[in-house]
Amino acid sequence: MNKIFSRPDTLTDAPTHFCPGCTHGIAHRIVAEVIDEMGIVDRTIGIPGVGCCVFLYTYFPIDVLEAPHGRAPACATGMKRAQPDKIVFVYQGDGDLAAIGTSEIIHAANRGENVTLIYVNNSVYGMTGGQMAPTTLLGQQTTTSPYGRDFKTEGYPMKVSEMLATLEGVAYSARVSLHSPKHINQAKKAVRKAFEMQINEMGFSMVEMLSTCNTNWRVSPLEALKVIENEMIPYYPLGVFKERTGKDFL
Amino acid sequence: MSERTLTKGNIALAEGAIQAGCRFYFGYPITPQNDIPEYLALNLPKVKGVFIPAESEIASINMVMGAAASGKRALTSSSGPGISLMQEALSYMAGSDIPCVVVNIMRVGPGLGGIAPTQGDYNQAVHGGGHGDYKNIVLAPASVQEMFDFTIKAFELSDKYRNPAMIIADAMIGQFQEPCRLTPKEPVIIPEKPWALTGRAGRNPQLLKSLYLGDGEQETHNLVMKAKYDRIQESEVLYETRDLDDADLMIVAFGTPSRVAKTAIRAARLQGMKVGLLRPMTLFPFPEKEIHEYSKKIKNILVVEMNTGQMLRDVKIAAHRDAKISFYGRPGGGMPYPDDVVNEIRKALS
Repeated sequence: MNKIFSRPDTLTDAPTHFCPGCTHGIAHRIVAEVIDEMGIVDRTIGIPGVGCCVFLYTYFPIDVLEAPHGRAPACATGMKRAQPDKIVFVYQGDGDLAAIGTSEIIHAANRGENVTLIYVNNSVYGMTGGQMAPTTLLGQQTTTSPYGRDFKTEGYPMKVSEMLATLEGVAYSARVSLHSPKHINQAKKAVRKAFEMQINEMGFSMVEMLSTCNTNWRVSPLEALKVIENEMIPYYPLGVFKERTGKDFL
Repeated sequence: MSERTLTKGNIALAEGAIQAGCRFYFGYPITPQNDIPEYLALNLPKVKGVFIPAESEIASINMVMGAAASGKRALTSSSGPGISLMQEALSYMAGSDIPCVVVNIMRVGPGLGGIAPTQGDYNQAVHGGGHGDYKNIVLAPASVQEMFDFTIKAFELSDKYRNPAMIIADAMIGQFQEPCRLTPKEPVIIPEKPWALTGRAGRNPQLLKSLYLGDGEQETHNLVMKAKYDRIQESEVLYETRDLDDADLMIVAFGTPSRVAKTAIRAARLQGMKVGLLRPMTLFPFPEKEIHEYSKKIKNILVVEMNTGQMLRDVKIAAHRDAKISFYGRPGGGMPYPDDVVNEIRKALS
């Protein structure tokens, strides 16, 4: 029998803390596979935000700096400027990035910091119990929008990838989804592209991943995949919003 | 080299940072400390350093965290409102054993306050500011020369103990000019930092974090930090004394009020009042044993501050129980004048 699939070297065998059905583990796996395939594990440093992503250091056998809530892009700025030869990636959820950390992410992207952002969007604050985030869909019920999000009082869900793509410093901005094998394969290609942008010193690169939070969405794992397909993707379209091809910006 | 140059306090501090081997500065404008980022914006690139005009003080201190976690000496500076914004990251850095130097050129508060000199941020610097059980190492320069020397010292202590070090100086110290030797007293040595996050090549992965969820982990961590702070208290107290040998009254003052006190002491002695000074140069560690010992024989203590009495509490805790402690404070940008201090001395001795 041929072995056709195994855990990537850049993932530990620690038991996962993610809820059954959550696609966050897939996000970890494809990032780890890309790090494996590119052969950069020894010089890669990860900076997770606060939330479910904070346990990155449990799963990635690499150097990790734990950042305050929302501040990972600023920490990554200091780190990459101090060590331009290292691969620095930021790993943030939507509560961390699109709410408390909007200032830090916009300015890191605008400066064209040569780091890579993995942005996991599950439309709620997962770790704290499913509160409304800036990314929560209209009408979506959460513990702090129990009557459903209303644009008249909570505004509209924030499209971070499109917004950051407008900034000159951004080399690559893409939104992918983790709800089917086909989409996971596309997601991995985007992650690889984002890391290649950093290696080629093209500027700020990011991949937004639509991910499930079946526990806080109060649905089954399979239903959660349908939620991504039928509710998230119509509002958060998949695609590449910015892709720099040459260094003519320099 | 004993050559001295007429230098502004803030500039001496910025040059001290460069000579301390600091190559990373991140900051946001605020009066009265703007000379520091402006000097470093001009001069860091000349030594292949990095200067980033950050989008906020929150970003500044977190950039410092990233550079410092890489094993580099990194600096930010600000004044009251900006220092308030940095407290979150200072707590994280203390909890994660990451060294850095933060400068507060104090302006009056609370709130937006004003830009006049003050010592109103003593409590914020010395007794916390951020959340959790931690301390900053705090240095209080009282001259332009000390702005230079203490910056080098702050980097040294911060690296030695892997803890944030803060320099607090009132706006007067930042803004006035004095002759200053702009070379280090001793050669600067930057220690090896095997804990730094530089990629795992050739070793096991490393982690800098402040999250401890396991049973008892956080308490163990806090007790380790407490032991570190005890070592700092034991080993790193710096203070200056003047005219205490025959004194009937000891003034305790730091920063600008200590300069005013020296003038007042000369005047008071001409009038026959035996007065001396103890000036804390480190605020944490505070010279508590020293104040206690002096207060056994000098029964009168006058604390002079540019606030409503913040260090006063620490002096009260340190002093012998029989000491008679009085206070003269000018908050809100007011300056103590030598004549006023002499009057307070007279009252205390009568």
